[in-house]
Amino acid sequence: MEAIQEFFSMGGRGVYVWSAYAVFAGVIVFNVLAPLLRRRQALRLVARQQRRRETLAERTGAASGRVPD
Amino acid sequence: MMLRYLHEWGSPPVFYQRAGRWQRVLWTLAALLILAGLWGGLVLAPADYEQGQVYRIIYIHVPAAWVAMFAYVVMAVTGAIGLIWRLKVAEVITSAGARTGASFTILALATGAIWGQPTWGTWWVWDARLTSVLVLLFLYLGFIALENAIEDRRNAARACAILALVGLVNIPIIHFSVYWWNTLHQGPTVARLSAPAIHITMLVPLLLMALGSMLFYAGALLSWGRALMLERERSSRWAAREAGV
Repeated sequence: MEAIQEFFSMGGRGVYVWSAYAVFAGVIVFNVLAPLLRRRQALRLVARQQRRRETLAERTGAASGRVPD
Repeated sequence: MMLRYLHEWGSPPVFYQRAGRWQRVLWTLAALLILAGLWGGLVLAPADYEQGQVYRIIYIHVPAAWVAMFAYVVMAVTGAIGLIWRLKVAEVITSAGARTGASFTILALATGAIWGQPTWGTWWVWDARLTSVLVLLFLYLGFIALENAIEDRRNAARACAILALVGLVNIPIIHFSVYWWNTLHQGPTVARLSAPAIHITMLVPLLLMALGSMLFYAGALLSWGRALMLERERSSRWAAREAGV
């Protein structure tokens, strides 16, 4: 128990050491989550765009809903 | 065979799929190295005879600074490739690099400030090392701002690549700042011509953290790259396929 307390106190400099490691954790989490969320958002956008095209194509009576790239 | 494999990376859908696989591999390795480095740095390594325990910030500060600089060089190189060969993958990786690079530069500056307060008695000084790293952050942020300001993707990529290349001059300034000017920041302890001025029990976790951070950065580059590639290619057939429609 005392050993654990000593570990976290870092010789009385725990605030500095652990806040630095917290920023590190924050940067890791940012680089994991931000691109993931952005890609999901892009996937939703692509799906919405595609559905809009398909309904448009149905209305105009086109055979394929896909617009050439 | 090898050449063909490399060539295929230039195709957006191939990039999207391969980057997803590589990202998982890189992040798994990075997690193992970082966990080992944290154990070695926080538990096994002894306290510093001068600074006591607070020196343990080194295990994130130094790797963060290395990644911040390395990421900039990579960004300039991929920017140049995009500029010369108009390769979409290179353009996307360049703007992915600005994001990851900026985040690691913030990490280096923040951990440096947190370390500076108990050891130097101040969070910040305008010495050459700290100021040149702040300029690095502004270069990354300027890149992102410039990219957002230009509507046309191709023009944005060209302008940003030129900015990245011009800013490359700052990298040797950061490295040699501690020699050229009288800085409060200390000189290199590892990256120097003579043997590292750090004991092996401290050096090993530092190198583990550095390698782990590098691999994490590489994975993050691919992850950002996939997101940005999908955004740019949102009207393509492969994007629709990926979106499941």
